[in-house]
Amino acid sequence: MIRHLRILAVAAFAATPLHAEIDIRPVTSEAGFTAWLVEERSIPFVAIEVIFPGGAVLDADNWLGATSLMTELLSEGAGDLDAQGFAAAIEATAGSVRFDAGRDSVSLRIRALSENRDEVMALARLALTEPRFDEAALERVRAQTIASLERDARNPNTIAARAFNELAFEGHPYARPTDGTPESVAALSRDDILAAHQAALTRDRVLVGAAGDISAEELAALMDALLGDLPEATVPLPDYAEFTAPGGITVIEHPGPQSVIAFGHAGIRRDDPDFMAAFVMNEIFGGGRFGTRLMREMRTVRGLTYGIGTSVATAQHGDSFQGRVSTDNARAGEMVTLLRAEWDWLANGGITEADLDRVQTYLTGAYPLRFDGNASIAGILASMQFQGFDIDYVNVRNDLVRAVTIEDIHRVAERMIDPESLHFVIVGQPQGLEDLGF
Amino acid sequence: MVTRIHPRAVLAALALWLGLALFASQQLAAAEPAAAGSTPREFTLENGLQVVVIEDRRAPVVTQMLWYRVGAADEPPGLSGIAHYLEHLMFKATDNMEQGEFSAVVEANGGRDNAFTSWDYTGYFQRVAADRLELMMEMEADRMANLRIDLSDWLPERDVILEERSQVLESRPERVFGEQMRATLFQNHPYGIPIIGWRHEMEILDEAAATAFYRAHYAPNNAILIVAGYADAEEVRAMAERHFGPIPANPEAGPVARPTEPPHHAERRLIMRDPRVAQPFVNRVHLAPVRRAGDQAEAAAFSMLGALLGGSSQTSVLERRLTHEKGVALSAWAGHNGNARDHGTFSLGVTPAPGISLEEAEAALDAVLAEFIENGVDAEQFERVRMQVRAAAIYELDDASARARSIGADLAIGLTLEDSLGWLGALLEVTPDEVIAAARALDRRASVTGWLKGEEG
Repeated sequence: MIRHLRILAVAAFAATPLHAEIDIRPVTSEAGFTAWLVEERSIPFVAIEVIFPGGAVLDADNWLGATSLMTELLSEGAGDLDAQGFAAAIEATAGSVRFDAGRDSVSLRIRALSENRDEVMALARLALTEPRFDEAALERVRAQTIASLERDARNPNTIAARAFNELAFEGHPYARPTDGTPESVAALSRDDILAAHQAALTRDRVLVGAAGDISAEELAALMDALLGDLPEATVPLPDYAEFTAPGGITVIEHPGPQSVIAFGHAGIRRDDPDFMAAFVMNEIFGGGRFGTRLMREMRTVRGLTYGIGTSVATAQHGDSFQGRVSTDNARAGEMVTLLRAEWDWLANGGITEADLDRVQTYLTGAYPLRFDGNASIAGILASMQFQGFDIDYVNVRNDLVRAVTIEDIHRVAERMIDPESLHFVIVGQPQGLEDLGF
Repeated sequence: MVTRIHPRAVLAALALWLGLALFASQQLAAAEPAAAGSTPREFTLENGLQVVVIEDRRAPVVTQMLWYRVGAADEPPGLSGIAHYLEHLMFKATDNMEQGEFSAVVEANGGRDNAFTSWDYTGYFQRVAADRLELMMEMEADRMANLRIDLSDWLPERDVILEERSQVLESRPERVFGEQMRATLFQNHPYGIPIIGWRHEMEILDEAAATAFYRAHYAPNNAILIVAGYADAEEVRAMAERHFGPIPANPEAGPVARPTEPPHHAERRLIMRDPRVAQPFVNRVHLAPVRRAGDQAEAAAFSMLGALLGGSSQTSVLERRLTHEKGVALSAWAGHNGNARDHGTFSLGVTPAPGISLEEAEAALDAVLAEFIENGVDAEQFERVRMQVRAAAIYELDDASARARSIGADLAIGLTLEDSLGWLGALLEVTPDEVIAAARALDRRASVTGWLKGEEG
């Protein structure tokens, strides 16, 4: 099925804001673990999301990819169960226990029917605290991971993202590939995996969100059983990463009809007073949906691309303001020229009061639509904690969006947006770059 | 996260049964409180518009979906891609709304909207706060009857769909390979033509072709309206009568006869080479039964076969034998797609482990399939799959939009609401013997086997 992307024009109707009506309760267990809970009893299952801050940034330079490979192996056998046995036991409950490693965290997503929740939780605890890391599983998953990394090495989107990170965060863990390289993964030993397990999953770096058919008391007991045996954190989190890429163009030759262009410059910190203004500015300019300035200029008017997006990429240990677009090789130079002109437009007060009104109506109206099921609510609850929000953020978030003024937008644009600092990583066989003055 | 790409989607619409089908059993729905999981209500307007309402009052949010029973398999010869191109143009102007106003209004109301095209249907949807439903319906009805295609819109939009083809298809050798596989599997039916279209034909699509396709197929009697979420069936009926009711039926519109497949007599084999391929793999696709109105048993057996052979990356037969025990595969897959009007597919394949050739991998795959037929279904595995089918019914109640998609897709391919709700039951009625019979029925003469390789090797 083919997703359709579209455009923004004049908004004809004003929306009255809809209250989210989400009742989030803080839960604290005997052992001192905390969670945010939305109790929802109409469907007999619970969704739980656990985030362990840290992730691949904890990898030492000489074992890149260890956290990622370790995380893959958590569901490959634990306690008395080998890989097949563990998977069969989960399948028999019709629950799910999924681990994922990212750059800044490892996450655990659990879904369990009320009728056999205890069995699912026992299996999750086993995977978390008693993984076997059997030699056979290690070698099989290592081979799969290397194959995946070799595929990534020929994927223009991955090539562009990696090259951009290398330039943007030189000397920082953010410059490294989250999943390692074929060479680094080939060199990892079982001891490296055990060390990564001790480093990444700890009782003092853990956040929990839950939604569905469960009480606060049940959740508290469940957390103590699941997390109580984990060790304390020993590996420090990295320092803040300064943005290091200078303005310019980096071309990486790659076969294919299109050029993938990753572009950006320094961003803004989450605790900056102008963060919300920057977020709203980006929603108007290029943020993740169809009615943005960049989609209109590059797609609707000129037919240059199927899609373009920018984001205020504010993360735990470093920030950027960056975007991605694909276009025909023959039109790559034109795209770069237009993007610099759009940056100019944004930096020099291009956004109008009407643009701001429209996006505020959209953002405040769309916010409650996110809370639409146990699985999505559990994910939002954990991620809000990870990003450092207060528990009542859900109730004030729309007020914060509405409080942003056009002066705020212009101030943050002037401060943050700089066409001269833009770095473009272009992967493909781009044409028309010769006369761009770089 | 490491994404281990299992090329399960080498045929664009190939979907594993656990993902696409609806598992809402009546027994379960009856046991649930009204807040979620209610039994859908169905009625038809005088002009033929079929309407289904799925009530779920947990959150004040509603999804409207309008499905047209027309897709890429209904395109005139030489105009491949016109159904999808029209889908893009439906977001432009109407006689009553300016270019782009549709989505602007959805956004101004805090909603999101999108659309999709398949071989059998084209769908449009919006997700909004519950009190905006009538506005969405008014606009959706407007563009059913009053689309206006201007030169300043359709010309750049044709470049957009060409860029879309470059980005989502031609930049990915696995997708190009899938397109070639499909074009080879279907000898006569238009399922062999890509939804997005062949590039050389897309380049000549224009306003006249889009308008003709729109007039021929977009009408209330060729559409299904699904409303899911915080809504009342009687209110939806009144709203639909107000906005869609005045649009006259088009007696010419409706599912049209398509070319169908003749008997296949020759197994086909493909080899594609592309320097961008890092991991070679072998994939085989057979013609297979579809779910038919009032008769889903045969398709259900193939779906259970797909789940047993390839439904789990650890315990399914192909992964267990080829990846875990023999160590000849990095991954192995199988799956049935019976969600189509005319012909289904069953596919299976292997990405070989390092040092194993495609020839060896294919031989190992054939051997495991023969062994499965010989040994029969493992009783414990069969029970686990059945447990997951039952649980899927509960999990799907958590997502009203997903229920709308499943039911809409089922009705759009000619199934009834009863069939849609009965699919779970059909899966649970399948016996191990029927699974083995389905495996035996996989006919190599009605299949294509493809090897995707890099330049070396």
